Amino acid sequence: MEKILVGLKRVVDYNVRVQVKSDGSGVETDGVKMSINPFDEIALEEALRIKERGEASEVIVLSIGTAESQQQLRTGLAMGADRAILVETDASTDPLTAARIFQAIIERENVDLVILGKQAIDDDNSQTGQMLAAVWGRPQATFASAVSIDGNTARVTREVDIGLETIEIDLPAVITVDLRLNEPRYVKLPDIMKAKKKPLDQIPFADLGVETAPQIKTMKFEPPEGRQRGIMVEDVAGLVTALKDKGLV
Amino acid sequence: MTKVLVIAEHDGAALNPSTAKCVSCAKQLEGAEIDIAVFAASAAAVAAEAAQISGVGRVLTIEREENDPAVAAILAPQIAALASAYSHVFGPSTAFGKDVMPRVAALLDVNQISDIMSVEGPHVFKRPIYAGNAIVTVEAPAESPLVATVRTASYQAAEGGNSATIESTNIDAEIPTHTRFVEVQTGQSDRPDLQSAAKVVSGGRALGSEENFELIYKLADKLGAAIGSSRAAVDAGYVPPETQVGQTGQIIAPDLYIAIGISGAIQHITGIKDAGTIVAINKDEEAPIFEVSDIGLVGDLFSIVPELTNALD
Repeated sequence: MEKILVGLKRVVDYNVRVQVKSDGSGVETDGVKMSINPFDEIALEEALRIKERGEASEVIVLSIGTAESQQQLRTGLAMGADRAILVETDASTDPLTAARIFQAIIERENVDLVILGKQAIDDDNSQTGQMLAAVWGRPQATFASAVSIDGNTARVTREVDIGLETIEIDLPAVITVDLRLNEPRYVKLPDIMKAKKKPLDQIPFADLGVETAPQIKTMKFEPPEGRQRGIMVEDVAGLVTALKDKGLV
Repeated sequence: MTKVLVIAEHDGAALNPSTAKCVSCAKQLEGAEIDIAVFAASAAAVAAEAAQISGVGRVLTIEREENDPAVAAILAPQIAALASAYSHVFGPSTAFGKDVMPRVAALLDVNQISDIMSVEGPHVFKRPIYAGNAIVTVEAPAESPLVATVRTASYQAAEGGNSATIESTNIDAEIPTHTRFVEVQTGQSDRPDLQSAAKVVSGGRALGSEENFELIYKLADKLGAAIGSSRAAVDAGYVPPETQVGQTGQIIAPDLYIAIGISGAIQHITGIKDAGTIVAINKDEEAPIFEVSDIGLVGDLFSIVPELTNALD
């Protein structure tokens, strides 16, 4: 195959404990570390491995957002992507509109395979890949833990609730990746320097001719109801007594 | 008029409890008429189970060979075609529902509401974001069909005792051939299912090896409990991925959850915060798991767990 397209979303870093703003208008993101959505790094790593096996010739990374997302795209280029596209918009983008943006880029670029994270760790929606597959009218293989390419088909093992399911899909297609698919490579300094010279195209959202999907409005943010810290017991006998008191054993 | 279509999750023979939890969520919508759709090659057994769920008006069966086993790309166009008669389409936020429902939403040109925790109005719901660090109240446009997944840990299964009408339906939808099921490998376990078990014993990285997980299995078998794990334990290869509990694994709400050698990262806690009683056993008294546990015991799991297993005779 020729081209693999990978989505990279800029999100609050995995290690940050997100706080809701006191007025309920959102979560605190000022001065918070931002990173590539961890699932998207796994998606890119898989695309690079497919290319390195000689099964694809180009890996393109795509992000949707403000100019700040260039940081995440540059990291993707340093990991080994060939070029980057930023669809620029100030608005936060809902999954269906994001799927339509991907579809517009797929048509421009003639993409054979799209690899995305199974979910973004900010909104936890887990929708965009499935929606893109629907909009594109192509197969989806979600929650992938193993991927092999064989000519015009791919065999994908998926993490499902009862174990591992394997499906075969015709290309072009959309794959969304789970945690166990691979371990993304570390970026080396010389690669960061080289990445600065790789092409990064910026396309204003308005130039794509994509219609924004009906919006689900967020009315309010609130912190979760916390659990109360309970009792500590001294030993196993104390634990068994406490469990018996609650009628649990 | 609020008309809800719930998509049944099943394995061809039995209904998954996630379906009755979706019905519980749908019942929170005022004056809702609730139907269940069963897509299968042969739907009779599953439909008979679905018809017993209280609050359900009709069970619609859509039988064709291609519907067994369930493949999202094959089910989605059929669900979308059926959806035109409904205001709401609900599926569970299990691997099955998360796979198929967004594809349905996109075919209906709408965004999906993922992981409903509570119903606040006909189009207003609460859902978690940022691994449960924030809860948002969201409103979907009233003029479009509403597609959602239901966070199963937030709902008890609706009771039985009903005898809803079962109707066979034909759907005119084009079925793609680009996606083919190959096989499914399961853990072949006689233990209870993690999603629906009343008790769960869960092990973390501190177990140190696949062999040491035997301690967890013995305690679980004594309690009749399902097996859970932390991401660290799965990544280390001690247990299979389907045991992982948390933001990116399974979200569960058992009556009793025993966390052994699990420090309690926020991503893990989000998977258990609806549990009835959380027991934590950890050698580090500063471990964050103790901030959310109902009963905590500091100490060496390698002596505590066998002692506990013996004490439960």
